[in-house]
Amino acid sequence: MSLPTYAGPLERIWYYTFRTICGLIFFFLIAPLVVIVPLSFNAIPYFTFTPEMLSLDPSGYSLQWYEDFFTNPNWHGAVKNSFIIAVFATLIATTLGTIGALALSRSHMPYRSAIMAILISPMIVPLIISAAGMYFFYSKIGLASTHLGVILAHAALGTPFVVITVTATLVGFDQSLIRAAHNLGASPTVTFFRVIVPLILPGVISGALLAFITSFDEVVVILFVGSYEQRTIPWQMFSGIREQISPTILAVATLLIIVSILLLTSLELIRRRSERLRGIKPG
Amino acid sequence: MATSGTTSTAQTLTTADGTPLKVSLSRAERRNRIRALLLVAPLFLFIIVFFLVPIGDMLFRSVENRVVGEVLHRTVPLLAMWDEANGELPSEDVFRALVEDFKQGREDRTIGKVGRRMNYEKSGMTSLFRSTARKARRIEQGPFKEALIKINKKWGDIKTWQLLKRESSALTLSYYLASVDMRFDDNGKVVRQPDDEQIYIKLFIRTLNLSALITVLCLALGYPISYLLATLPARTSNLLMILVLLPFWTSLLVRTTAWIALLQKEGVINDFLVALRLIGDENRLAMIHNATGTVVAMTHILLPFMVLPLYSVMKNIPESHVRAARSLGATPFTAFMRVYLPNTVPGIGAGAILVFIIAIGYYITPALVGGVSGTLIGNLIAYHMSTSLNWGLAAALGSVLLALVLALYLLYDKVVGIDNMKMG
Repeated sequence: MSLPTYAGPLERIWYYTFRTICGLIFFFLIAPLVVIVPLSFNAIPYFTFTPEMLSLDPSGYSLQWYEDFFTNPNWHGAVKNSFIIAVFATLIATTLGTIGALALSRSHMPYRSAIMAILISPMIVPLIISAAGMYFFYSKIGLASTHLGVILAHAALGTPFVVITVTATLVGFDQSLIRAAHNLGASPTVTFFRVIVPLILPGVISGALLAFITSFDEVVVILFVGSYEQRTIPWQMFSGIREQISPTILAVATLLIIVSILLLTSLELIRRRSERLRGIKPG
Repeated sequence: MATSGTTSTAQTLTTADGTPLKVSLSRAERRNRIRALLLVAPLFLFIIVFFLVPIGDMLFRSVENRVVGEVLHRTVPLLAMWDEANGELPSEDVFRALVEDFKQGREDRTIGKVGRRMNYEKSGMTSLFRSTARKARRIEQGPFKEALIKINKKWGDIKTWQLLKRESSALTLSYYLASVDMRFDDNGKVVRQPDDEQIYIKLFIRTLNLSALITVLCLALGYPISYLLATLPARTSNLLMILVLLPFWTSLLVRTTAWIALLQKEGVINDFLVALRLIGDENRLAMIHNATGTVVAMTHILLPFMVLPLYSVMKNIPESHVRAARSLGATPFTAFMRVYLPNTVPGIGAGAILVFIIAIGYYITPALVGGVSGTLIGNLIAYHMSTSLNWGLAAALGSVLLALVLALYLLYDKVVGIDNMKMG
């Protein structure tokens, strides 16, 4: 959308106004994240820029909130729990989701749309309702306030993402490759690991990443189904913001932004690889 | 043999072992279908057991009312035979049964539950049940009617008994009535709550209003940048896309925290405005812990959900359409309104419904930045679950919200198709 040479003055003005408006909207999107980073190095326990910070005086900055994060046992436990819960929830969600997606993509699948609707329902139901239902039911069967309960709850929330991404990868999947493998004497297991898996791997990995981030960022369900023993980083942040708000939360937020940059980069790399594998030229 | 009647048999194709091909095919087909179903079974069962059963359990809890019948198990069957319309108190038998139920309920520590349950219907019931339970154990012999009325004269009021009878059935609609600001009056008729106790309808309306406002803001902000992203050369637009995707991938708590840092009284925006002398130090703007905070933070959080579907629709609109309109004499404005905009309607529909659905179920952000005027229905569900412990009402409110969301999803399915949902 570059400005054509024949554009009149009005069009020219509109062109630059439009770009300015867009610039402001992008600023609105990214500024809050950018602001957090310097604030997390604040020397005083407030969420605000001090005159020392603005004049770039080293005494206005400190690493104390990062130190607090790395030494405080509350946060220690939270980081450990976050990873344990997210990893196991991702393993369950990815395994079940991938097999389910493979089954759904078979041409023989009866009641496909009804089953699909049920499988992606955890993504549709508002989290507060899922949390309420799980809280009541998991308390009844003794899964509330256990690691297992939280893992199962997060796995259920993560499966729709795996099902959707793997199904999307399978849309362009050439079913005759499977028949060819069988024809050449491969057993179903060999066919699965040597033919199907390499082709759907990008979908599986991006589904797994989505399931991981769903669990890693999830805060509503864990607030109800979990307790202090199962506290994750978001749980700890939420209670931190509610009780005593300290810049340690900003330090954690900065670290989480770095995590999301890493995730975004890996997803993009996977997407490019997948396009290359399937012979789609990057547009 | 080759008579007309047997032609079909003669022409039936068979497999090597002699079974008709049709039968063999359908057998294979069935085997394949069963195999596909078996493959999907683990996931299906997992979702049913750990997700849908809990949701169903919650739906059931919104009408479930067994506690009264279980604890007052002697009284309730007798009460069922009492005719509440004739204006007389129940018989002595009922009073004796109630005294026994109170004695046992106090021992089992279950009577308080009934009191709390009845208190949802009429205030003062918790204390009535508590005090009666304390004193009823001293009642050794009849007449029980006089003894109970002596403890509390509410037992001599026919309305107490009518209420008890109405709420003793195993299922109740009271929670649903409460969730839409209605209740049963003393005669068992459905009436509206008194004006000062009407909160839920107001809150549902506020939730819908704020969600609509957030959706409109997301559309107003999302449309221009989606257009820019869709029309810029791939290199630049991929770079700019990062500015949309990075917030999308960042934890929602991080973004909410950021808005607290920006919007609060001593926050970045207020400091900035004071430094520029646009506002005085004493009248800093109250932008957080009210509806403004909720709207600003949620618009920021949900904006990517608007941009992504809009972008994918706009990406597929050929540039030549607008150019054709221009060369046929349309002004840029007409070309946009008559050619481009109608083409983007599917994207607008998809994005708007998605943002709206996510917004009406939101809980975390309003809880942290919403204060009193910016809370949504989700916050009240959480309040009844963890603070007031009125789980039945939480479940009823949740069911109403769920029905609303499912209706919107059916609409979404009509507009875009759930299968076309794309993430990231």
